[in-house]
Order: sequence, then C-alpha cells, then structure tokens
Amino acid sequence: MIFPMQRREVIAVVASTAALALLAGLPLADDGFWLALAISIASYVAMATAWALFSGPTNYVSLATAAFFGSGAYVVSALAETAPWPVVLVAAALVGALLALATGLATLRLSGVYFVIFSFGLAELIRQLVTYYQTQVTGSVGRYIFVTISASEIYWQLLGLCAIALFTGWAIQRSRLGFALRVIGDDETVAAHSGIDTARVKVLLFCISGALIALVGAVMAPRFTYIEPQIAYNPMVSFQVVIMALLGGSKRLWGPLVGVIPFVLLHEWIAGRFPNHTHLLLGMVFLLVVYFVPQGVSGWLEKAWRRIRGESA
Amino acid sequence: MSSTAILSVTGLSKAFGGLLAVNQISFDVHRGEIVGLIGPNGSGKTTLLNLISGALAPTQGSVRLRRRELTGLPPHRIARAGISRSFQLVRVLPSLTALENVMVGATFGPDAVWGAEAAAIARALLERVGLGGRENAMPEAMTYIDQKRIELARALAADPQVLLLDEWLAGLNPTELRIGIALIESLHAEGRTILMVEHVMDAIRSLCDRCVVMNAGSKLAEGSPEQVLSNHEVIAAYLGDDHA
Ligand SMILES: Nc1ncnc2c1ncn2[C@@H]1O[C@H](COP(=O)(O)OP(=O)(O)OP(=O)(O)O)[C@@H](O)[C@H]1O
Ligand SMILES: [Mg+2]
Repeated sequence: MIFPMQRREVIAVVASTAALALLAGLPLADDGFWLALAISIASYVAMATAWALFSGPTNYVSLATAAFFGSGAYVVSALAETAPWPVVLVAAALVGALLALATGLATLRLSGVYFVIFSFGLAELIRQLVTYYQTQVTGSVGRYIFVTISASEIYWQLLGLCAIALFTGWAIQRSRLGFALRVIGDDETVAAHSGIDTARVKVLLFCISGALIALVGAVMAPRFTYIEPQIAYNPMVSFQVVIMALLGGSKRLWGPLVGVIPFVLLHEWIAGRFPNHTHLLLGMVFLLVVYFVPQGVSGWLEKAWRRIRGESA
Repeated sequence: MSSTAILSVTGLSKAFGGLLAVNQISFDVHRGEIVGLIGPNGSGKTTLLNLISGALAPTQGSVRLRRRELTGLPPHRIARAGISRSFQLVRVLPSLTALENVMVGATFGPDAVWGAEAAAIARALLERVGLGGRENAMPEAMTYIDQKRIELARALAADPQVLLLDEWLAGLNPTELRIGIALIESLHAEGRTILMVEHVMDAIRSLCDRCVVMNAGSKLAEGSPEQVLSNHEVIAAYLGDDHA
C-alpha cells in the first residue's frame, strides 16, 4: 500500500537524519584529503539520486547530466560577483529546470535510444554554444570564479542537496505523481488511457531532476576557480552518473547512494595505482557488475536481506 | 432518440496509407445500452475503438460524448472525459498489485479520487468482478481470465460514462464465459453504457440491445442481434459469398 507512513519509513527518516548530522561533522575531523573525497562523493550522490528520480521510473537513460551541471556552474560564473549566493542558487535551479523543460518538450516523445543520443548531443551542443559565445562576445574561453566559500561550506551545501534530492524522491513516491510514474513505467498505453498525461509527467520529472543537478553544478563551481566549457560540460560526468546510478540500482531511492560510494572509492584507488588505465579498469569493473548484479547493489542487498530474515524467522 | 445519445460517431474514417481501415462510420450509443460491434477479422473494429479512445487520430469525422467534441483529443483527455476501455490483448500493470491496478482507474479518471478512497473503490470492484481477497496478488501470477477481470475493474474504477470492451470475452473457456456474460449482464442491469467488440455469438445474442456490423472498414448493417445476424449480407461477410 502506498499512503500511510510505514514503520520502516519512519525508521529510514530518523536514521538518515542522524546519518546526515554525523556526516556534517566530518570537516571538523579533517579538511584535507578526506574532505575532498567526501565532497566528490556528496556531489555524485546528489547528482545520481537526481538522475534516478527521472531515469529510474521512466527508463529514459539521460546523458544530459553534464548539460545541467555545466549550466549551473556557468550561472555562478555569470552572477556570483553581483548577486547574493541564495539568488545565484535559485537562478541555477531555474536555468536547469528551463533547460530540462525545453529539451523535454522537444524530445520526450522520442523513444529510448533516440533520447539517449539526443541528451548526449544536448550537452555537446551547449558546450559548443558557450564556447562560441565566449570567443565571439567576451573574447576568451575561460572565466575565473571569485567566490569566497570554504571547502567545508561547499560540503555542507552538497549534503543539503543530497537531503533535498532524497526527500524529493520520497515525497514523489508517496504522491499521485509517483503513482503515475509507476504506471508509465509498466505500460504507457494503459497510463494514457487511464487519464495520465504521460508527456507532462515526464517533462515535470525531468525538470525537477535537471534543477537539482544544476544546483550541484552551482555549488561545485567555486571548487574550479577557473572554468571553461571543457571542464564544466565534461561528458565524463554524464557517463559516471549513469554508471553509479545503475551500479547502485536506479529503481530504489537509496540505490544511487550505495552505487556512488564504492565507485568513487574504487575510482580513487585505481587512479592512484594505475593512473594510465583508470577508465579502462573502471569500465571493466562496471561490465562485471552489470553482468553479475543486474539489479544493482541495492537490489542485491535487498535480496540478501530478505534471505537473512527468511532464514532466521 | 438522439436526445439520449451519449456517444455519437459521425462519418468516422481512418486510413493507414492506402488502406481505409475505417470508412465513414456513423452510429449512436444511447444511455444504458449495450451496443455490439461485430464483423469479420480485420474489418476495422479495434481501429474504430482506437479512434474513439484517442489511441489513433481519425482521418475524418467526429466523436462526441454528450455533445462534447472529443475528436483529435489525446487519450488521457478522453479518459478524463469519461470513456474507459479494455484492450484486445489484455494489458495489466505487472509491477502493481491487483488492488493498485484497479486504483489507477479511480486515481487518474474523471473523479481523480486519491488515497484511501481510491483503495475502497478498487476493493469493492475487485469483489464485484470476482477477485475479492486477491488484492495483494501480482497480475503475473494470475490466470488469463483473472487478468481480464482486473482490466475490467480498472476501467470501471473510473466510473465511465461509456465503457469500451474489445473482445473481453475472447479466450475464456465455457465456464468462464458464462461467468463473464453474467458479469457484463450485471453491468447492464446497473445502467452502464457499453460498446463491445465481440465474436462470441451467444454473448452478442444475450447481451446486446443493438449491433453495428462492420465489413472491410464500412458499416454493413445496424439493428437488433436477431435482425443483423439473419441479414444475408452479414452472413455472406462472415462466411464468404458462397453461403449467401
Ligand atoms: N496501426 C496500423 N497500421 C496499419 N494498418 C493497421 C493498423 N492497425 C490496424 N491496421 C489494419 O487495419 C485493418 C483493421 O484492423 P483492426 O485491428 O481494426 O481489425 P479488427 O476488426 O479489430 O480485427 P480482429 O477481429 O482480428 O481483431 C486490418 O487490415 C489491419 O491490418
Ligand atoms: Mg480487433
């Protein structure tokens, strides 16, 4: 059943609030390597969770993450010197949502594989447009970002975004929108004939997802100090988010979370040991995981958990 | 009689490239009536239902629900206007429980009922179609007739003004068929308006007030089941010209 809050949900809310409070204390213990690692993890958790909000239920694999992330970062470079920080963040979220709205209206009628390609093309297109604009109008491709924000503050904002992304996902699941999404995921024809405006639901969700990812881009922008299109619209970000979310399992809200942490740690380890073969090795790990754990880590954990309870009960 | 017409189809046509699958069809469905839509395989019955439910846009003609123009609206708008349907090849939602499947109709239909109220409607309808106590079953684990029951309950959950059934009785064994006919008869008794595509002659005879016969996209005949089923042209269309 979907409406009354269940005991496990209450436990999940209490546990995640406690975990968040604990994690927020990290910068007090270390502000070097571990904080940097935590920032990387938190940014990817927020992005992968936001990605799965849309791609999990609709099965549309979006490679537009870099487009949202980069646009969020560019909003900071354009506004941060003149507008107060909260205004910058709201602007970034709006830009992300509008970008998703435009893309969604144009493409969500496309089916599966066309959408993947289009979403990838979108990120590249915007990167080219920004490059063109900067060379033609401002005369230089890069921009410095002068925002005085400490690493700890960035980390805390990212934790906040993780919490917002998870809470949004939870709220959607409990709403009519979430119910509509499950129907669409099962059978779009039935959904439409039952009265669900499938295009609107998908566009709405893409906007929410895009706004959240743009916010991550905005919060991360000061880390770059100097941004140029190649950095802000890095297609690797899109691919990594997909890999992490699928590794964790995109059908559960907490799936991306458990995908990001091992991936980032593995990435660090491989990058340290085999700097010349990082992507090759990560790709192989990903293939092995998809082959042996197709439901993602979260699906595997859930099955294991059920087996343990089944045996002890 | 046109004052009580709920559904009016006027000059409706659909071309697929060079093929006229539905050709200038007109008829009315009145309140509380069961109208049978019959005809040989490939005569355009499903296509006609698709035009009414908005799955396809007509090439020509119009569909009205009590004077309201529905022609060309997308399926979700037509569903919200009060037309529900079942599909020729049964379509249940595999990851939703039986109860949730039926709730979909109530939640996104014209009344937009949500939460406990939608669950109550769905529970009552599952009981009604003979699936009481199976609320938490997953459709994949159910038999074909039970899946069809779920589909019917889902369509009814919207409390539609017109119910479209596409061969809802097909594929049932004789016992199931009797149960199915009784179920539709009970919907008739409560005053539902139904347009049903059907091949099972016994069902047509016992259930339909009126029949519209299609052949190769065109309307061949219209009248009571006895009238149309004894019509020579209809017999010829079903059995081939030699038998006429
Ligand atoms: N989407 C489509 N594209 C092209 N042709 C189609 C399409 N849908 C149906 N047709 C054709 O239109 C004609 C009518 O098909 P339809 O499915 O409406 O027949 P039917 O009366 O429902 O038949 P049956 O009794 O077998 O269900 C057939 O020749 C079919 O091949
Ligand atoms: Mg048919």
